Amino acid sequence: MEYFIKLFLSGTAKGSIYALMALGYTMVYGIIQLINFAHGEIYMIGGFTALILGGFFFSKGMPVSLVLVFSILLSIMYAAAFGFTIEKIAYKPLREKPRLSALISAIGVSIILQNFVLLSQTEKFLPFPNYLPEFAWLLPYKEYLNSTQLIILITTAIIMVLLTLLIKFTRMGKAMRATAQDMHMAQLVGVDINQVISLTFVIGSALAAIGGVLICSYMGQINYYIGFIAGIKAFVAAVLGGIGSIPGAVLGSFVLGWTESFGTGYVSSDYEDAFAFLILIIILLIKPDGILGRTRRQKV
Amino acid sequence: MKQRKMVFATIVSLVLFFGAQAVFAAPTIKIGVAGAHSGDLASYGLPTVNAAKLVVKEYNDKGGINGQKVELVIEDDQCKPEIATNVAAKLVSTKVVAVIGHICSGATKAALGIYKDSKLVCISPSATTPPLTQSGEYPNFFRTIAPDDAQARLATDFLVNDLKVKKIAVLHDKGDYGKGFAESVKEFAEAKGVQVALFEGINPGAPDYSAVVNKVGNAKVDAVVWGGYHPEASKLVQQMKEKGINVAFISEDGIKDNTFIEVAGKYAEGVYATGPTDTSSNPMATKAIEAHKKEFGSEPGAFFLNAYAAAQALLNAIAKAKSTDYDKIVAALQSEYVDTVLGRITFDKKGDIVGYGNSLFQVQNGKFVVLK
Repeated sequence: MEYFIKLFLSGTAKGSIYALMALGYTMVYGIIQLINFAHGEIYMIGGFTALILGGFFFSKGMPVSLVLVFSILLSIMYAAAFGFTIEKIAYKPLREKPRLSALISAIGVSIILQNFVLLSQTEKFLPFPNYLPEFAWLLPYKEYLNSTQLIILITTAIIMVLLTLLIKFTRMGKAMRATAQDMHMAQLVGVDINQVISLTFVIGSALAAIGGVLICSYMGQINYYIGFIAGIKAFVAAVLGGIGSIPGAVLGSFVLGWTESFGTGYVSSDYEDAFAFLILIIILLIKPDGILGRTRRQKV
Repeated sequence: MKQRKMVFATIVSLVLFFGAQAVFAAPTIKIGVAGAHSGDLASYGLPTVNAAKLVVKEYNDKGGINGQKVELVIEDDQCKPEIATNVAAKLVSTKVVAVIGHICSGATKAALGIYKDSKLVCISPSATTPPLTQSGEYPNFFRTIAPDDAQARLATDFLVNDLKVKKIAVLHDKGDYGKGFAESVKEFAEAKGVQVALFEGINPGAPDYSAVVNKVGNAKVDAVVWGGYHPEASKLVQQMKEKGINVAFISEDGIKDNTFIEVAGKYAEGVYATGPTDTSSNPMATKAIEAHKKEFGSEPGAFFLNAYAAAQALLNAIAKAKSTDYDKIVAALQSEYVDTVLGRITFDKKGDIVGYGNSLFQVQNGKFVVLK
């Protein structure tokens, strides 16, 4: 039983790592039906920015808590600016084109950003200092869960709730939902869809940056390629939960995390990916739109 | 008719001339050098040619071996087994007394059968596939490099003899190199009665290994063996220590990189790693590298020191045997210790190098320290 709980918790922790990234994927997809493959790279850039700024602030003798707050805030802003710019350069001109064009453009952006960081920073693995606080009361339970995992879990929950509130109950959220339903119709009734889409990308990129800082703190290392690997799993999680649905992305991530964790724990880690994709196939066969995905009626 | 006589006379005189020379001047000792000298893998083979040239020059300047000059016969096998057999046949027909090479394991294996039938010693600086020596099939084969599984053997011996482990977990990254190491450790450990409680591959690059770390903790092992590279190793040691699993962690030269210590930081302390012994500070090696720069105007390439030592050991054995007889050369190689650029070496009965190989390192105060 103890072993089961340990595996359950490590699956939960892993799920919340996936969820932190899946939320950004699903949000952009929900509004403009674009799978933003560059999302993983924004996450990586968020991590790198925090690493560089954190090192700078720390060398200036700033206390750890302030270093943490400033480097996270600034890397969120930097990543948001990246997201905003990418949308304007690479996606907006293709908005009226077939959806595949924007998808290819997203893959292109992903490759460009990876190589940009590879060339401008380094190809090596760098240590990532953990500035996150360590909870003394959690130490006796370190075999189950550590402070960083708990912080990631709580952050994921908070972000999920905030995003749901934003989309369901604010004016901007209503505009987002309208844009998601029918872009042209929303424009006709006076929604500034350019603003809505920009905001979507800014929020999505900010989430990626938060994920980047927290997950890199957890892993203790960073490299230009981390976004790609994490991005693929997060994407699978988003599809599993029903891409476009905010709670779906979180649920899908947890299902994926638990599957991998129990698969590893009771069978073998050799088949970790096999289990992950097996569960994806099973769920998509039963519910083609994912666990919480709504069946979209074909527009005529 | 007259013309015919002239031709005959010329031939006779030519035969007499060269024949006489063959009788009066001592014949040279021919040594074959085979390996990839062109194609993709040329950079692995060419340093061996240079090394052989340097060693032979040194001997010839001193008057050769037993009064005979040494001559090299250089042949290119492009690391391809089918070309290697042709090269081997050619070297046999040129009457070489021994071969330095080949470079790649596959090509070496293809050529070895021919050398064995013709009783030729073959000494490779770089063919690392374990069965070449361990199968016992090729008593004519020697090598100046440790076989692939030597690190696994060293790691296992350390675990069994020094750490006295009873139960281990073996993890790997599913790659050729890491999995090969992991499989060898598993085989050697089981042969010594150690229980391998876990043998699993993990996904390289994944953000989190806590599930497999839980599994390691649950298996209550005495040590964790890792076959793979440092990025995953640093996550594993970190997550193990965070979960309070304080058991020995041992790996191969995939983690023997300073990046591992930089990234894993305090979690790297106490981690064991095997890796090739560092011999570049050997004075003879420094001299050989200098000689290479002077002669060829560049830094020596891959396996240069191994090839240099191979040539040194071979020529020394021929000198000590005072003969080019196969059995005498083999006996000399296996009995004589010789000072080479790799240190004081000899060969065991199977043909593997003794006196040079791998060392065991441990991370102590942020540095890899040689344990043995």
